[in-house]
Amino acid sequence: MALKLVLIGLVTGLFSAVFGVGGGIVLVPLLIIVVGLEGKPATGTSLAAIGITALAGTILYGGEGYVEVGHAALVGLPAAVGAVAGTAVQQRVSARALALAFSVLLVAIAVWLLV
Amino acid sequence: MSASTVVVAVLLGLAAGLLAGFFGVGGGILFVPTLLALGLSQLEAEATSLLAILPTVVAGTWRQHHYGNVRWRTGIVLGVASIAGAVVGVQIATALSEDLLRRLFAVLLLGVAAQLAWRSRHAAPYPSKQ
Repeated sequence: MALKLVLIGLVTGLFSAVFGVGGGIVLVPLLIIVVGLEGKPATGTSLAAIGITALAGTILYGGEGYVEVGHAALVGLPAAVGAVAGTAVQQRVSARALALAFSVLLVAIAVWLLV
Repeated sequence: MSASTVVVAVLLGLAAGLLAGFFGVGGGILFVPTLLALGLSQLEAEATSLLAILPTVVAGTWRQHHYGNVRWRTGIVLGVASIAGAVVGVQIATALSEDLLRRLFAVLLLGVAAQLAWRSRHAAPYPSKQ
């Protein structure tokens, strides 16, 4: 299991740094399918791992001068408030409806980026 | 940066955090496009997104720990191993052209959207009931 975790960590870290995301998108399904965690522990454990991954990426990119601290605070601080609300909402709202709404939003952003 | 731009950025940040708490992700998938819209380059947006993820996941992890949903040993092993992956990832990202990186990011969004849509039809997406 330890080797599996290390391999998953390596893949997640690579993915995170290339795309500037936390890597939870690959990590949560892997924690469920490969590691065998249930849904909620998978999301909670993913968040803890992402903290270390994102810190590493921030330091590496920061060393090359790509990190804009003011912009990060502008979106990151409201997001911290949102994250607290999101974990509470996780107990109540239909995951299905939110997933569908989120996917529609992502398609719209992808179209904007591609054209 | 105009006042309306700031308001939109704050709202998108809030939305990214909601999704982060809900789906167990860092929110970067919304941070990067938001930062691009604010005028950062693709690499700056990605690097800055990683910093913006930190307060989000600290808050999210704190809440999930409260609910008893964090497997700390697993999370720390994953996180420490991910550092080596991140070192390689930064090298790859800085070697690619910003235009290609932006297109790859758009493809990632479509992939994630497809995954979410599929899950919403076939089973409950990641979180929800244990």
